[in-house]
Amino acid sequence: MSIWFEWIRMRSRLAEVQISLGRLAQAAKTVGRKMIFMEVCGTHTMSAFRSGLHSLLPSNVTLLSGPGCPVCVTAQGDIDLLIQLALRQDRPMTICTYGDMIRVPGRDGSLEKARSCGADIRVIYSALDAVRLAQRLPEREVVLAAVGFETTAPGTAAAISEAKRLGVKNFSALASHKRVLPAMMALLDAGEVRLDGFMCPGHVSAVMGWELYRPIVEKHGMPCVVAGFEEHCMAAALALLAEMVRDGRKELINAYPEVVAPQGNMRAQELMDEVFAVGDVRWRALGTIPGSGMIIRKEYADFDAAVRFSLGMPEDHEPAGCICGKVITGMATPHECKLFGTACTPINPIGPCMVSSEGTCQAWFKYHRVGVKRAGLEACTTRGIA
Amino acid sequence: MCLAVPAKIVALGGTSATVDMHGNRVTVSALLLPDAGMGDWVLVHAGFAIQKIDQATAEETFSLIGDLKRLGEMVDEPVAEPNHA
Repeated sequence: MSIWFEWIRMRSRLAEVQISLGRLAQAAKTVGRKMIFMEVCGTHTMSAFRSGLHSLLPSNVTLLSGPGCPVCVTAQGDIDLLIQLALRQDRPMTICTYGDMIRVPGRDGSLEKARSCGADIRVIYSALDAVRLAQRLPEREVVLAAVGFETTAPGTAAAISEAKRLGVKNFSALASHKRVLPAMMALLDAGEVRLDGFMCPGHVSAVMGWELYRPIVEKHGMPCVVAGFEEHCMAAALALLAEMVRDGRKELINAYPEVVAPQGNMRAQELMDEVFAVGDVRWRALGTIPGSGMIIRKEYADFDAAVRFSLGMPEDHEPAGCICGKVITGMATPHECKLFGTACTPINPIGPCMVSSEGTCQAWFKYHRVGVKRAGLEACTTRGIA
Repeated sequence: MCLAVPAKIVALGGTSATVDMHGNRVTVSALLLPDAGMGDWVLVHAGFAIQKIDQATAEETFSLIGDLKRLGEMVDEPVAEPNHA
């Protein structure tokens, strides 16, 4: 019974994908010229590659991955700060991080390497875990590595606000939270990538509401579609985008209405506003974008690790030869990187796009192997490792 | 990092909620969703319920996660030697 149910559902989802791809192909044929769309969410990146969506697109339609992977957009200087904190000798430190961040190389190693040198680094699932840990370890300074977009920022805000309410004195956050809209606007303002439309991130929109992208439509006249994460949702979003290009419509469409409301989650937004102020933050490869980040307000300075430990801002040093910056802005594909698939692999990543499971390079490496350079493989074989 | 998982609320207590997440009972924070009620399907992201969803959507996402699991099992199986020719 359930197998049949599964089978029917799978068929219906496949049919949905086929219908959307048919609409997309028709629109693409009418438009004729090359159309480039961009998604700005690591989960979209993974979903598109895993399902093979790219290989099903009409030849004149390209879906690029933009700056949507939280790990990939974190400036190297921010990772260096975390490693410095972890290795401090003057007081016992514990760094709490989401799993994705632990292997990202800074200038001198990663948090994982710091842990192997004896630093106390814990992988957490929820920001509140860090507050609970601080309560359990009153003799240690517990610092939350707070990265990510508007999906993780409410969690950090909730953790800071809880720490204040509970009077936890040994908890702080090193916040480098980012706002997705200013990054999208900065990409368009720079004008280096010619785009025809944005596939907007579903879960950021669940928090911020889909009206968030209105300025892109109004200022840049660019079609935007808020999309879910399954292949049929993404195919439908692409069809809607291509049809808007064909008809010359510049609209904002919510194609994920089951989760995304126009105004989003108001409570989450209130909490973020209470704890964070809009400020300038650094992005990997994009530099400092005005108003693109969330800075902990003065009222919560006790919980700001940057204030508490008087941290400066180390300079960013991109690893030699790494073009992650170009990859996250859609200006280059991983294949154009000399390191991709040779020196830089998921097991030995050099750039953040290869570290993160949501990074474009790791997605290409896992799911887009056609043409992956053989040099690394051959080198291993000759050395007898393979 | 923006991967969110649908789950059904099976118990509520203060600002925390126990959810059924594909058969696992997990305690998550309901701080961001104060109007969540018993039996509601919610989207859980990094330990927080961030939005209410309808049941059909939730089941759809679960089936996607099931696909991923099966895919993971397939990847773990030994694969043929790459052809160097």
